Amino acid sequence: MTRPPSTDRPLLRLCGIHKRFGDNHVLRGVDLDIAAREVVCLIGPSGSGKTTLLRCVNHLEVPTEGRAILEGELLGQYTHRGRLVPLPPRELAAQRSAIGMVFQHFNLFGHKTALENVIEAPTQVRGVSRKEAVGTATELLRRVGLADKADAYPRQLSGGQKQRVAIARALAMSPKLMLFDEPTSALDPEIVGEVLDVMRQLAADGMTMLVATHEMTFARDVADRVVFMDGGVIVEQGPPNQVLTAPTHERTKRFLARLL
Amino acid sequence: MSATRSDSDASVTALDDHVERRPQTTPAGVALTILRWVVRIVVLVLLIDVVRILVTSKTIEWGTVAHYLTFGQILSGVLTTLELTVAGMAIGIALGVILALMRLSSSLVMNMAASGYLWLFRGTPLLVQILFLYNLASFIPRVTIGVPFGGPTLVSSDTNSLITVTSAAILALGLNQAAYMCEIVRAGILSVDEGQLEASLALGMTRRRAMRRIILPQAMPVIIPPTGNNAIALLKDSSLVSVISMKELLYQAQLIYSAQFNTIPLLVVVCIWYLAMTTVSTIGQHYLERHFGRGTTRTSPPSFRQRFGRNLTSILRPGRAAEGVGA
Ligand SMILES: Nc1ncnc2c1ncn2[C@@H]1O[C@H](COP(=O)(O)OP(=O)(O)O)[C@@H](O)[C@H]1O
Ligand SMILES: [Mg+2]
Repeated sequence: MTRPPSTDRPLLRLCGIHKRFGDNHVLRGVDLDIAAREVVCLIGPSGSGKTTLLRCVNHLEVPTEGRAILEGELLGQYTHRGRLVPLPPRELAAQRSAIGMVFQHFNLFGHKTALENVIEAPTQVRGVSRKEAVGTATELLRRVGLADKADAYPRQLSGGQKQRVAIARALAMSPKLMLFDEPTSALDPEIVGEVLDVMRQLAADGMTMLVATHEMTFARDVADRVVFMDGGVIVEQGPPNQVLTAPTHERTKRFLARLL
Repeated sequence: MSATRSDSDASVTALDDHVERRPQTTPAGVALTILRWVVRIVVLVLLIDVVRILVTSKTIEWGTVAHYLTFGQILSGVLTTLELTVAGMAIGIALGVILALMRLSSSLVMNMAASGYLWLFRGTPLLVQILFLYNLASFIPRVTIGVPFGGPTLVSSDTNSLITVTSAAILALGLNQAAYMCEIVRAGILSVDEGQLEASLALGMTRRRAMRRIILPQAMPVIIPPTGNNAIALLKDSSLVSVISMKELLYQAQLIYSAQFNTIPLLVVVCIWYLAMTTVSTIGQHYLERHFGRGTTRTSPPSFRQRFGRNLTSILRPGRAAEGVGA
């Protein structure tokens, strides 16, 4: 899939991200630039730090070291007397609202219907009127093929339907960037397709996406770039047919061999 | 076996693809059935006897009971009891939520302060707390709001003028209730999946908004049942403040019977009112649970009438109890 050439400045820039949980050094210096409208698939063995990296982008996890920059704006931190200090919660929340996130286990709000899930953040965080939010949400639910499920509670939806509502919920904030953390890993195999189709459409519409996934077919078909992570570092990256079919690193070869 | 059935009943089409297992009558089974019926009859006879004693007892004086049931003083006591319960629960819930958030916070100081509070209020009897608060003036003569350790004073007041019978009663009930509500609210919050908070934060909500809009509402199904039980317990425990002459239901009854020497009829009046209030609370609790159960079950839970009906069925027809109640 070819895309218009990226502008000079990347939409997202990760610089030297380190993350330690106590003695566990999970991310060991990750640098990654993502251009606007680019789709990047993050692959790697379980425990390699994919989830942690995604969570560092929107500061659900505060990086021990390093910076995440969205459209030139430093995320979650600011310089105070020559030192980087955490942003106050309100400012951090505003930054997060521009980054959509889709979780492996959906995390839909269980006490709200599909529609209420989608309008929650626009009305509560952005102060959009309920009427306007409902209009947008109805359109989004239609886009993910769930117009008829607007009034269903999460418990009444299948896994694939839940994940599509979760995608609509994230899109309702008109994010500049979408993060997906293994969005289909918790789904039955026959349902995976319906979620991937929605993501495919999203990519075609020009959304910038960073997707941690084990779906190699999706990576091959949709990604502009595949990034292979292992042991908390990026081992290699490049166009999908290069990384997936002719990997140069031994670790990548071993990982891909195990998948087949 | 399947053959036997079609032989005896010609209208039933014979199905030869299965056999049916039939219940077998054993001597032990028969004995058990007889025993069950004997127990049922004994219980029923005892019940009838209790009712007979209550109805025919001379000391209860049902005429007196009827007279005092709607006596002005008693009604005002009922109202005070209700006010104490509502005020006590309001303070208990508000302070309980704050204490729960303190216990869940990562701050060690907050954590220790909340734990200390629980230790104190759960570790001493409510009756003692009521007496202690009422006599606070002799312990802390003046209540001062200002900068501690000798800083300027903002407000200062004589403790005796602050601690009246009513304020001591409400405070004691509320502060005590808060300790129990804290643990209920905390358990409720912990029952909500962490992913709910993460999804809220990722959408750009602050923690406070996420707590109010997403976490607490989903903690409600866990919080409401024990809170209802606590409210009913508080309704009854509020009678303890009669020791500081708070004019609630029990104290009003005591005032009457200490003058008229009709103790038993008045205690019966008190019991009838408490039973009426707890019964209504139980029904109210049921509707609250139903309201906050939205989205947590595939179908809405049975209404109170349906549930009551089922229980009644199971009482009248014990053998079928298992079918209705478990559903
Ligand atoms: N909150 C946490 N506390 C402690 N360790 C964590 C936490 N989150 C992740 N880890 C550790 O970080 C490592 C990488 O995990 P993760 O980022 O989930 O990898 P992946 O998503 O690639 O499977 C694992 O060893 C995991 O145990
Ligand atoms: Mg992961």
